[in-house]
Amino acid sequence: MEFIVFIFLIALGYFIGSSKEKAHYRSIVSREKAMINLPVTSSKHPILPLPENVESHMVVGSVVISVDYFKKILAMLRSIFGGEIASYESLVDRARREAILRLKESCIDAAEVINLRIETSSISKGGQNQIGSVEVLAYATAIYHR
Amino acid sequence: MYLTNTETMPGKTIVECYGVVSGSTVRAKHAGRDIMAGLKNIIGGELRGYTELLSEARDQATERMVEQARQLGANCVVNVRFSTSSVAAGASEIYVYGTAVKVE
Repeated sequence: MEFIVFIFLIALGYFIGSSKEKAHYRSIVSREKAMINLPVTSSKHPILPLPENVESHMVVGSVVISVDYFKKILAMLRSIFGGEIASYESLVDRARREAILRLKESCIDAAEVINLRIETSSISKGGQNQIGSVEVLAYATAIYHR
Repeated sequence: MYLTNTETMPGKTIVECYGVVSGSTVRAKHAGRDIMAGLKNIIGGELRGYTELLSEARDQATERMVEQARQLGANCVVNVRFSTSSVAAGASEIYVYGTAVKVE
C-alpha cells in the first residue's frame, strides 16, 4: 500500500510538476521579452547619463517556489552518488528570474535599475518536516528620469 | 523618506550622516499555510502563502528601520542591505540595515 502511494506521488509530481514548470518558463520568457527595454545592472553607478531631475527609489521583488516530489526523490538519489543536481538548478533559476521580473514590474516606468542584489532566504528551513523550497529576494535601486 | 541600496543617492548630495540604522522581524509560518505548502510540495510551483509571508516580514523590518532613521532626523537611507537567518525551526529573521543620511 505504501509503495502504491509512493509511486502515485512520484507520478503526480512528475506530470503536474513538469507541466507547471514548462508553463512557468513560458511566462518568464514572454515577460522578459516584454520588459527588455528596462536595463538592469548590478553596477553601483548609473550607466545612462543623468538628466537634471532624477529620482531614485529602492524596489524589491520576492518569490517562494517549491520543489515537486519527483525532483525531491531524484535529488535524494543524486546525493548518494554525488554530482550535479540538474533538477534543482532549474528551480533556483526559475525563482531568481521570477524575483527579478517582479522587481522590474514594480518599476516599469523607470529609466534604469542599478545595484541589483539577490538574496536567497529561508522561512521553511529547519523544521522536522522540511518543505523543499527556495525563497528569493531581489532588491535594487530604480532611477527615474523626470 | 528615500531608500536606495547604492552608496550615494543619484542626482542628490549627502550633507549629513547619522550612522547605521536597522530593523528586524522574526516570523513563524502559519499552521494553515503550512498544510497547503505541504500539499504544494508534491506538485511543485509557487508557494503564495510563503511569498506573502516573506513580503510582509520584509515590509515590517523596513518600516522599523525607516522609523529609526526618522527619529534621527534623516530624510534618506542609503546602502540598504537585506539579510536573512533562520532562528529556530520554522521561524526566520529578516534583518535590514542601512546608513541614515540627509540629502539635498
